[in-house]
Amino acid sequence: MRFFRLIWAHLTRSKRRTFLTVSSIALALFLFCTLRTVMTSLDAGIRASDDTRLVVRHAASLVFPLPLAYRSRLEQVPGVRRVGYGNWFGGYYQDKKNQFTQFAVDGPSLFDLYPEILIGSAQREAFLAEQTSCIAGQTLVNKYGWKLGDVIPITGTIYPGTWQLTLRGIYKASTPDADENAIFFHWKYVNEGMPQGRKDLVGIYWLRVASPSDAPAVSAAVDAIYENSPQPTKTETEKAFQAGFIQMMGNVSLLLTILGSAIVFAILLVTVNTMMMAARERTSEIAILKTLGFTDALVLRIVAAEAMIVSLAGGFVGCGLAFLVFTLLTFLKFDLTAGGMFPNFRVLPETVGWGLLLALGMGLASGLVPAFTAARLQIASALRKVA
Amino acid sequence: MAGIPIVYNLRNLAARRVSTALTALGIALVAWVFIFTLALSGGFQAALTSTGSPQNAIVIRKGSTAELMSILDREVAAAVSSQPEIARATDGTPLAASELMVVWNLTRKSGTTTNVVVRGVGPKSLALRPTTHLQQGRMFRPGLDEIVVGKMVSERFRQCSVGDRLKLAGREWTVVGVLDSKGKTYDSEIWGDVELFMPVFDRPVYQSLTLRLADASYLTPLKRRLESDPRMNVEVEREDRFYAEQSGTMATMLRVLGLFVTSIMSLGAIFGALNTMYAAVGSRTKEVGTLLAIGFSRGAILTSFLIESVLLALLGGVIGCLLALPVRSFTTGTMSFATFSELAFRFQVTPLMLLAGLGFAGLMGLVGGFLPARRAATMPIVDSLREA
Repeated sequence: MRFFRLIWAHLTRSKRRTFLTVSSIALALFLFCTLRTVMTSLDAGIRASDDTRLVVRHAASLVFPLPLAYRSRLEQVPGVRRVGYGNWFGGYYQDKKNQFTQFAVDGPSLFDLYPEILIGSAQREAFLAEQTSCIAGQTLVNKYGWKLGDVIPITGTIYPGTWQLTLRGIYKASTPDADENAIFFHWKYVNEGMPQGRKDLVGIYWLRVASPSDAPAVSAAVDAIYENSPQPTKTETEKAFQAGFIQMMGNVSLLLTILGSAIVFAILLVTVNTMMMAARERTSEIAILKTLGFTDALVLRIVAAEAMIVSLAGGFVGCGLAFLVFTLLTFLKFDLTAGGMFPNFRVLPETVGWGLLLALGMGLASGLVPAFTAARLQIASALRKVA
Repeated sequence: MAGIPIVYNLRNLAARRVSTALTALGIALVAWVFIFTLALSGGFQAALTSTGSPQNAIVIRKGSTAELMSILDREVAAAVSSQPEIARATDGTPLAASELMVVWNLTRKSGTTTNVVVRGVGPKSLALRPTTHLQQGRMFRPGLDEIVVGKMVSERFRQCSVGDRLKLAGREWTVVGVLDSKGKTYDSEIWGDVELFMPVFDRPVYQSLTLRLADASYLTPLKRRLESDPRMNVEVEREDRFYAEQSGTMATMLRVLGLFVTSIMSLGAIFGALNTMYAAVGSRTKEVGTLLAIGFSRGAILTSFLIESVLLALLGGVIGCLLALPVRSFTTGTMSFATFSELAFRFQVTPLMLLAGLGFAGLMGLVGGFLPARRAATMPIVDSLREA
């Protein structure tokens, strides 16, 4: 670090250029962090899943329901501790644009299966005691400004009609990846409102097993029971179920990776160019340094360090900006959920880590050519060229 | 006095070959990303908007936002089919098809799984979609365990080539044909006989009814009469509008993503162009002084440097466009929220998009070149001539 002042002098020689370069790297890394956060937010469901929870659905697709009668049979499967069930409701609040996760569930088992749902016992009892009640996540409640006791009309698209739900509880999620943008109400309420032929149908069953190692045996046992029935089942861990959902989105990650690589590469080219121009302008200075006795290796390190500092500064600014912007937007209750697809849009610490690593890589790559050119510079010819 | 010849700019760009190439490539990549995202959202939207026809109407249950959630009883379907506004086939029967739609989990060739739309169709279904035809094989025979699959399904999923046997609803079905609907959503569907599908999939009701209007203007009276009939409880929508609405959420999301990425990225590239042009101006201080001394106006100098910057950016734009051409052959699939299943589509690169990419690149050059050009144009003659 003895030469820090020298490097600093180089960087401040053209303040405008340094500023522009740092800014363009910062923008690239801001984009990198954003795109990666889109990906990690899609995966939030996987991170929030519990290895002792299994999901049972119709083998063909989630769209097909299972009979309610499966419940008592599932409870008898060895290894199963608790059975819950619910239907994806798929409605909207007031306007078609207001869509979020809505589940019609079996109330009592919900809290046993999902300890992630944190709610006061008084609110919980109030919810369980009333068939037309509901509980909603804190984020959702904040977004629409609901209060306890409010009647929330939810219009069904799968279950026709507008359903009046009284808000009896507000829950918080125990982990940052769990969904606080959801509303839960009673399966029984919906079931009673359905015509004959659409009664007693269940979208998914949730099973709790004693330990993750029981999961494969329980899954196989459940699927074997219904293998030849008209409604065969597919049982998998919650993690696998969530992963299946993301697979359905198609190759989003590939598209984002293509975009991200193009961005990083474009800015890398820009940075390489700037570093080369900066070094070219200083040909005579470098020749003088060498005349003064600076070795080739030292000159190489000084020029490379300059590129690294510029790059890392851009990295810190870009990643920091991404972190700040998205935290602030969430804090200001700005809706980043995209209709429930990203229940938790937040920049993960490892995303910032990868971003900084990338900045380091860009610094190395952009400093390489000018550093070697400077190291190989012949004093005599360089001084002559300038004169 | 006349402007500075463009050849001066071209030679300058050629003289600083490496710098020109790096800056142009940087801008090329930005233009490429711009076109890429346009092609992505354009392709998705085109698949849906091209699907409907203004001549057709689709009938679904009131309150359901999409076919999948709709239910139409046989009686309702029969009543709708007998409406006078419906066009007639050559044999005098109404051109209308009641259809069943379910989604089924299939395995992609890559091994991952996703939902695919399985549509039970009637004898008029194909006639209602004039641009859809069999690309390979033949149509299924009603009553037999036969299906035809969309082109994209055939390309992307296992067991979906002609002659393959595919398991659906506990039965094995022989794939007898491949449908080509010219990029419409039917390319991502599987079709079979609706009367056979109903018992096999245990669905005693239809999901939707598609009909051809004898005249496009008949939509309004038909819609008014059916929707006001409480026994029907249906919604009537022009088919093209129905599909266009379905593209909503996803297309908007893709467009927002594209806009967000390209606008931030272009700012980065403009910074790069600024650096390059400032360096160009800086290293040619003496030249600028000379140009001024021999009588070129300051306006001519400003224009000249702007032209140089725009030329540099356009070079990048052209490279970006060339790189974007192969994007046309990309196909991808994503989930359509309306059907809860995969909609595969081809990226769409239109001449307009390429032009937009080129214009975008030019704009970056103009913005990035302005400040350095102004600096060149405002140099004091004496000082600039004295400089090294």
